[in-house]
Amino acid sequence: MSLISYVINGISLGSVYAIIALGYSMVYGIAKMLNFAHGDVIMVGGFVVYTMASGLGINPILSILCSMAFCTVLGMTIERIAYRPLRNAASSLAVLITAIGVSYFLQNIALIIYGSSPKAFTSVVTIPSLKLADGALTISGETIVTIVACIIIMVVLMLFINKTKAGQAMLAVSEDKGAAALMGINVNGTIALTFAIGSALAAIAGVLLCSAYPSLSPYTGAMPGIKAFVAAVFGGIGSIPGALIGGILLGLIEILSKAYISSQLSDAIVFAVLIVVLLVKPTGILGKQIQEKV
Amino acid sequence: MAMLEVKDLEVYYGMIQAIKGVSFEVNQGEVIALIGANGAGKTTILHTITGLIQPKQGSVVFEGTDITKVPGHKIVSMGMAHVPEGRRVFANLSVYQNLKMGAYIQKDKNEIAKNLEMIYKHFPRLEERKNQMAGTLSGGEQQMLAMGRALMSSPKMILMDEPSMGLSPLLVKEVFSIIEFCHESGITILLVEQNAKMALGIADRAYVLETGKITLTGDAKELMEDENVKKAYLGV
Repeated sequence: MSLISYVINGISLGSVYAIIALGYSMVYGIAKMLNFAHGDVIMVGGFVVYTMASGLGINPILSILCSMAFCTVLGMTIERIAYRPLRNAASSLAVLITAIGVSYFLQNIALIIYGSSPKAFTSVVTIPSLKLADGALTISGETIVTIVACIIIMVVLMLFINKTKAGQAMLAVSEDKGAAALMGINVNGTIALTFAIGSALAAIAGVLLCSAYPSLSPYTGAMPGIKAFVAAVFGGIGSIPGALIGGILLGLIEILSKAYISSQLSDAIVFAVLIVVLLVKPTGILGKQIQEKV
Repeated sequence: MAMLEVKDLEVYYGMIQAIKGVSFEVNQGEVIALIGANGAGKTTILHTITGLIQPKQGSVVFEGTDITKVPGHKIVSMGMAHVPEGRRVFANLSVYQNLKMGAYIQKDKNEIAKNLEMIYKHFPRLEERKNQMAGTLSGGEQQMLAMGRALMSSPKMILMDEPSMGLSPLLVKEVFSIIEFCHESGITILLVEQNAKMALGIADRAYVLETGKITLTGDAKELMEDENVKKAYLGV
């Protein structure tokens, strides 16, 4: 029974990683940059809900919607102010370094406002836990909500990309910005939309993460952000199903190694697996080989 | 009044001046060839017209509207399509998706269906391979796809950048027959080519570009007889 419960917990944690990884992967696929501030947007999303729900007593659902709106605007603002001016810079490292700077900036703003001591985050999930097999197996409400949220997000996102004009524009921009512009696609607008979607997902991930692991500090987003980046690379960066597979696998590996090997070593094991995967398949599990014909 | 009027264009890449005061015009219904060697600035001129590069000086006027400062993605809805150098098809999208992308600005579903039917009729290879990834097509098929994609926007004018590049003589002929077909269906064409012989054979008028300047202009048939052109571009 304990194995099943570990697997379910692993899938749940993996679902959070997958939702975060989507933001990394979409932004990388379309803007060809690694947005290292993405993890800290999760933390901001968590703090918005914390302030509204725990601090001001506002309805949790309304708080989550406000948090998504806040992070969407934040993500688009970061893109507009910090990344867009550097898009055509000579070195792609310039925008990477800027992203790291934005990451510290967000952490420090949170430090000034909330201080460094972790806050107790009240879970926003109100559905009761599910008891199976005469109480031998308990699945928490948070776990159920997280997995369901991940499935819904994946389905909606796939439909959005494949069925809407804006989604098709994203595909075109991810392949060739110049050719996309010639088709009449607003490249800057499409990139901004990608940041908006990624950041809104980060807000959801923040709430789910803080509900499952109920503590919140300015550094809450850093480690999950890095791990979600690993998940994105693991699954094949730029690929949406890849983010899902990478995230779930990462969650499973982490929880199972905590349970059966060593809880101190679990992170090291996660990264070791990444290294092995990249040695065998450098583009990740679902990564595409780029083929060009001259 | 000319359909496209380029006036005193000057374009810089950093400190280097690529285009040194180029002026030319394209009238409605014409096929105009812009010929010149590698690095003469042909592609730069096309990119400047469609707003992918901003000029330092000069203006581009299309159908009476100054489009010099209009961003690249707004040009196609004004009726000007651009078949870029090297085809630039979306390699990981299917042939059909590529064609649909060409109709990105089209709102009229009937128009899209009509264009698609017309393209499949003239390029049966594209219909046969409509579900295949564009990256798996041969160079010639990719060139047809790039042209078909441009036609999907129902353009009044098409800019074509080196459509014969890297193709076998047989395919070059096929590509030029497509250009002829575009012309016959009433589309004005600005053709940039290194293959001067083919380009002059199809064009009404031509401009010869040398290191950022137009050095020669005139009737295409006359230019074909010009001694300098013969020596420099036709290899006679």
